[in-house]
Amino acid sequence: MNELVFFINNVLIAGSVSGSIYAIGAVGVTLVFSIMRFAHFAHADMMTFGAFMVLLLTLAFPGVGGVVGLPTPVVMLPLAIALTALLAVGIDRAFYKPLRAHGVKPIVLVIGSLGVTLMLQGLIRLFAGTGAQNLYLAGERKEIYRIALPIEGVRAPIVITEPQIILFVLTVTAVVGLHLFLNRSRLGKAMRAMSDNPDLARASGINTNTIVAVTWVIAGGLAAIAGTLLSLDVTFKPDLSFFLLLPIFAAAIVGGVGHPYGAIAGGFVVGFAETLAVFNWSVLLRPFRDSLPEWLAQAGNLAFVGTEYKIVVPFFILVAILVWRPTGIFKGKVI
Amino acid sequence: MASIIDVRHVNKAFGGLKVINDCSIQVEKGSITGLIGPNGAGKSTLFNIIAGALPLDSGQILLDGENITNRPANELFHKGLLRTFQIAHEFSHMTALENLMMVPPHQAGESLFDAWLRPGSVARQEAEVRRRALEVIDFIGLYHVRNELAGHLSGGQKKLLELGRTMMTDARVVLLDEIAAGVNRTLLGDLVSNIERLNRELGYTFLVIEHDMDMIARLCDPVIVLAQGSVMVEGTIEEIRNDPQVIEAYFGSNAA
Repeated sequence: MNELVFFINNVLIAGSVSGSIYAIGAVGVTLVFSIMRFAHFAHADMMTFGAFMVLLLTLAFPGVGGVVGLPTPVVMLPLAIALTALLAVGIDRAFYKPLRAHGVKPIVLVIGSLGVTLMLQGLIRLFAGTGAQNLYLAGERKEIYRIALPIEGVRAPIVITEPQIILFVLTVTAVVGLHLFLNRSRLGKAMRAMSDNPDLARASGINTNTIVAVTWVIAGGLAAIAGTLLSLDVTFKPDLSFFLLLPIFAAAIVGGVGHPYGAIAGGFVVGFAETLAVFNWSVLLRPFRDSLPEWLAQAGNLAFVGTEYKIVVPFFILVAILVWRPTGIFKGKVI
Repeated sequence: MASIIDVRHVNKAFGGLKVINDCSIQVEKGSITGLIGPNGAGKSTLFNIIAGALPLDSGQILLDGENITNRPANELFHKGLLRTFQIAHEFSHMTALENLMMVPPHQAGESLFDAWLRPGSVARQEAEVRRRALEVIDFIGLYHVRNELAGHLSGGQKKLLELGRTMMTDARVVLLDEIAAGVNRTLLGDLVSNIERLNRELGYTFLVIEHDMDMIARLCDPVIVLAQGSVMVEGTIEEIRNDPQVIEAYFGSNAA
C-alpha cells in the first residue's frame, strides 16, 4: 500500500498539478487562436508576467497575507490577474492590432508574438534578475499537508501543498466559469460567433474589437493564474516560459486548436503523460517481487524516460497526435 | 422622395486596378433598387464599401443624411443598414434558430456587467428574442429545420436564413448580394414574395445585386447599371433592356 501512496503522490497529484497549469495555459492559447487565428507564442510569458506581478506586489505589501490569513502571494493574485489582463490588452493594442489593421498573414502575427516574448522576458529580467526567486518571502512558508491513510501498515502519507489545493480549486472554477460564459452569456455567444465567422459577426452587429479585447482579458487573466500557481509550487524564474511553451502548445493541439474543452483535456493528457513517463514503475512492482522474472524484479529504475528528458514527452505527444489525429482528439467540436 | 443611401463620387482601387471610378448612386427610401452590370463592373466592391466591409479611397456615403463613410459594419448594423452575403454566411456550429438569435442589437446581455447584475432582465430579453426568432423562422419557412446546425442546411435554406437575419431587427436598408444565386425555383418564389412583403409591410428599402434578370424585372424599380466602376444608365427595367449602351456592355459591340 505504501507503493500506492507513492503512486498517488508522484503521478496523480503531480500529474494533476502540471495538467491544471497546462490546461489553463492552453485554454488561453486556444481562445486567442479561435478569435484572432494566430498562434500566440508570447502566451507563456504572460504567465511569467503574472507571477512577476505577484512577486512585485508581495514585495510591496509583505504583511497583507497575515491580516487575511492566506499567503500574501495568493492575496495579491486577483490584482496580478487584472494587471496581466491589462498587459494583454495593451500588447494587442500596441503590436497586434496595427498588424491586423494592415491585413497581414497570420504568420506575421506569430513572428510578432515571438518579438513580444523576447521583450517581456527582457523586461522581467531587468527588474527581477535572472535567478530563481521564491514567492514566499521570509516569515511565510508553504503549508504542506500530510494526510495519513487510516489503513493498517501504511506509513507514507499523501502529501499535498497549499498552492496545489488552491490550483485545483481555481482550475475547476475557471473551467466552470468559462463554460458558463461561452454558453450562457451573450458576450460568450458572440465570441463563439466570431470564431465561427468574423465577417458575419460584424454584419450581425457584433463589435469585433470588443470581442478581441475580452479574449485578451480572459487569456491574460488565466495566464496570470497558471503562472503564479506554478511559481508558488516551485519557484519563480524569468525563463519559466521556455518550459511551459511546448507543453501548452502540445495541449492546445492535442485538444484540437480552437476548442477550449479540448485544450483542458489536452492539458491533462500532456500533464499525466509527462508524469507517467518519468515515473519509476519498479516501485509499483516491488510487492510482486517474488512472482516476477528475475530481470524485472532486479531492475532499479523502470521509468520510460529520465526526468531530465521530461520535456521531450509533450513533443512526442505532439508528433503522435499530428500523425494519428491531426485535428486533435475532439475533432469537430468548436466553441 | 428622399434618398436613404447617397453614394457620392466614390473611388476605390486595388493596387493599380481602379474598380470603382467616381461612382455616385442614390437609393430612394422605400424602393427596391436593382444594381446590375457585367462581371467585374464593381457591384460587389461597391456593396462592400457601402456595408462598411471595405474602406474607400475617396468619396462619401450618407445614410439618411448621416455621413457613414468608412464606419465599421457592426456600427452600420445598429444604424439599420444590413447586408447579406453573395456566398451565404452562417454560424455553422449553431442551430438555425441560434443563428437568428445572435442578431438583435441593444440587448442587456451585451454588456458584461448587465449579465451579472441584472440576470432577470437578461432572461426576459432572451425570451423575447427567442419568440421573435421563432416568428421569423416561421415566416421564412425554415421552422422545420430550426434546430439543425446551420452548417447542415442547403445553400438555398442558408440564403433564406440570411434574409431572416435582416428581419430580426428594425432594418432601414437591406443590401441583398445575389440572394437568388443557387436557390431553386420554389424557394426563389418564397424569397421574392418575402422581400416584397418586407418592403410593403415593414417599409424596408432594398438594394439588390442580381444576375437573375427575371427576378430583377419582377422586383426592382429603378434599376442601376454599373459598368467599369461607374453608373452607365439608370431607369426602369424596360428602359434598361432597350438601352443600346447596356446591350453593348453585356453582349459586346457586335451583338446589336
